[in-house]
Amino acid sequence: MRRLLFSASAPVGAFILTLIISSITLWAFGSNPFSAYGDMLDHAAKLETQVDILNRATPLYLSAVAAAIGFRMNLFNIGVEGQYLFAFLIAAQVGSLVSLPGILHIPLIMVTAMAVGAAYAGIAGVLRVTRGVNEVISTIMLNAIAISGFIAWLQRRWQADQEQFTSTTLGTVPIEESGLFPDINGLLEIFTREIGQGKELTGLLLVAVAVGFAYHFLLNHMRFGFDLRASGLNPFAARAGGIPPKRMIVAAMCLSGAVAGLIGMVELAEGAKFPPDPIKGLGFAGIAVALLGRNNPFAMVLSALLFAFLDVSAGILQNTQAATKEIVNIMQGIVLLAAVIAYGVSRRVQDREEARLTAEALQHDDKNDKNGKIEATT
Amino acid sequence: MGVLKRLHDLPAWARWPLYALLGILLLTIVQSISGTERLTQVSTSREMLRWAVPIFLAGLGGLFSERAGVVNIGLEGMLILGMWFGAWGSIEYGPWWGLVIGMIGGGLGGLLHAIATVSFQVDHIISGVAINILAPAITRYLSDEIWASPTTSPRTTSVGDWDVPFLAGGTIFGWESPDVLLDIGKAEWWYVSDVANLARGLLRGTHWVAIAALVLVPVTTWIIWRTRFGLRLRIAGENPAAGEAQGINIARYKYVAVTISGALAGLGGAFISTELSGLFQGGNSAGRGFIGLAALIFGNWRPGGVLAGALLFGYVFGLDLKDLDGTASHALLLVNTIVFGAVLVWAISKRRLTDAVLAGVLGSGAFIWWLSVDSVPSWWSNILPFVLVLLVLLFFSQRLRMPAKLGEPYRKGS
Repeated sequence: MRRLLFSASAPVGAFILTLIISSITLWAFGSNPFSAYGDMLDHAAKLETQVDILNRATPLYLSAVAAAIGFRMNLFNIGVEGQYLFAFLIAAQVGSLVSLPGILHIPLIMVTAMAVGAAYAGIAGVLRVTRGVNEVISTIMLNAIAISGFIAWLQRRWQADQEQFTSTTLGTVPIEESGLFPDINGLLEIFTREIGQGKELTGLLLVAVAVGFAYHFLLNHMRFGFDLRASGLNPFAARAGGIPPKRMIVAAMCLSGAVAGLIGMVELAEGAKFPPDPIKGLGFAGIAVALLGRNNPFAMVLSALLFAFLDVSAGILQNTQAATKEIVNIMQGIVLLAAVIAYGVSRRVQDREEARLTAEALQHDDKNDKNGKIEATT
Repeated sequence: MGVLKRLHDLPAWARWPLYALLGILLLTIVQSISGTERLTQVSTSREMLRWAVPIFLAGLGGLFSERAGVVNIGLEGMLILGMWFGAWGSIEYGPWWGLVIGMIGGGLGGLLHAIATVSFQVDHIISGVAINILAPAITRYLSDEIWASPTTSPRTTSVGDWDVPFLAGGTIFGWESPDVLLDIGKAEWWYVSDVANLARGLLRGTHWVAIAALVLVPVTTWIIWRTRFGLRLRIAGENPAAGEAQGINIARYKYVAVTISGALAGLGGAFISTELSGLFQGGNSAGRGFIGLAALIFGNWRPGGVLAGALLFGYVFGLDLKDLDGTASHALLLVNTIVFGAVLVWAISKRRLTDAVLAGVLGSGAFIWWLSVDSVPSWWSNILPFVLVLLVLLFFSQRLRMPAKLGEPYRKGS
């Protein structure tokens, strides 16, 4: 119980600090922070907004899991951004080329996306183990190569209408209905009322939940997950224990990339194509969500929901004019920075606490020993 | 190989210009084979310098930080802060103040990175990612509040530029001096005119900030390798425990280094907004902070090397701007082929089989591509700098020498 309180204190403290800083910022620019927060909460109480939040939290959570798989092994996959966009584009194109029954069509698209993500992330893994290239640098470079290279090129090439070559407003050829992941409005409406405003709750929410559980079981109940964590904690000891370090690095990168490949599927299910201007930044936001949730599959759900709530709140702030809408992005940045600092501090406090308890216990033992000796001599 | 060895033994001030002349010779030869003239035009080197300055300043910022042992992938965020604060300062107080305020804005980003990494031992990469998320958010918010648009500012003013007299026709006290390089360039002498054209692009309409940036190369070298401050800064990155034993306040040096790092990246950002685009525009950084990081690695954590990397990347980007039909980028493929050929020879002479095979495969790939098409799409030159960095890491990662304790969290007394 004490430990739980202790581990919750850091994120809660970070959140309070974020509220204080953003309130000061809002106040300094002449907005009323309380009316802004009030508008955000009122808005979030509506069912339709909650659907929006879940739709946003789903890709964020997938992105966070992708980053977390790397983090657990001390690998920084900064390249989730490039991996998901690249996988999204290829999967959209592959999906549009075939017409199959849904039961085959959807898995084909998703497997393609995961394979592309895994392969692209795998490059960084292979570079690391064969040539000693740091994965942070290589994934930053690979991001730029994917986004301003491959994607810019293929987006042109796979433009839906080849006649309008100069226009970039089209995106890829739309996928047939059978390839679109169905929404799960029906599932939600069992518990609540009908969802209005034409909102659709993405079916990939279920995929994200499954990925979360798979991540949990993989890490905590399976040999592979143990090897992964062991290599992350102490690569030398892990190697001595017979865990092949090179294979683990490549495997972790590929796994991370495979999950990253799923991120774009949410937008694909909505729009049926790779749009000319897809949602960007989910890769970096996912890193933030993973850090805030400390790579824990359940805590990351909360932090994904928080980030999604903030993202969705931007719209209502613009409507009500209660505050400038970019404040939500500032809040995301501050909560991340405050949280990583708070985790660092709490770890140090914890270490000190443990050291103190150990020292006390030792002293206690010492006294007992001495008493024992005295008794023995007299 | 003997010639190369002798080249390598020359002092730096003689060596680098020689490398540059050899590079231009390569361009001239390629140009005479492939029939484009853009590789050595005046506008090409002008665009190169315009691209290279912010990349170089960001990379130099990275050098200060990483020499003190702190990895700084937040350079991109600090550059963005510099872009915004530079534009704001320029609009409010005039162009020179714009640069100063841009440096302060970037420096604040650096200070934040120092607080997180040095005082709280947050992982350097994590803190950098956080700053890269936070910085664009701050600039969007401030833009929206102050200029009522999240992505664009009003026009800014520039501190201006300068034509070098005698060489590039600058004026002295109202008297227009001769433009020697223009005349040589027009004469169309083989190779000589190419050198003159490229030099003229650097010397005519040169931004004051670009001149300051070039001066920073020897200044930084002197600071880092010849002063007590620099020695201690390097100790913080190489062996902090030993420095601490000598009574050096390691944390203070790390703080100063990372703040300077942010200020330099901020100057690069201010240069982009006030001198190049003439306004703040969200997304205008175009990843130049990351490219600066790439230039830092490419340059092996040395000021001259960072400049060389920045100029090389700037050349590729700058060439693309004037290259609408893709023939110049096509000619670059031939340059790539020749460079891979040189790497192949090097690898064989060192008996490094895998390197030789890799260079052979990549070189013949570039050659076949060059033969099979007439022009190259512009995405190729957009990614070429990043590919170059990957290749440098691929072939020479054992020869790169980064500070020994780079990226390791430092805690006093451990």
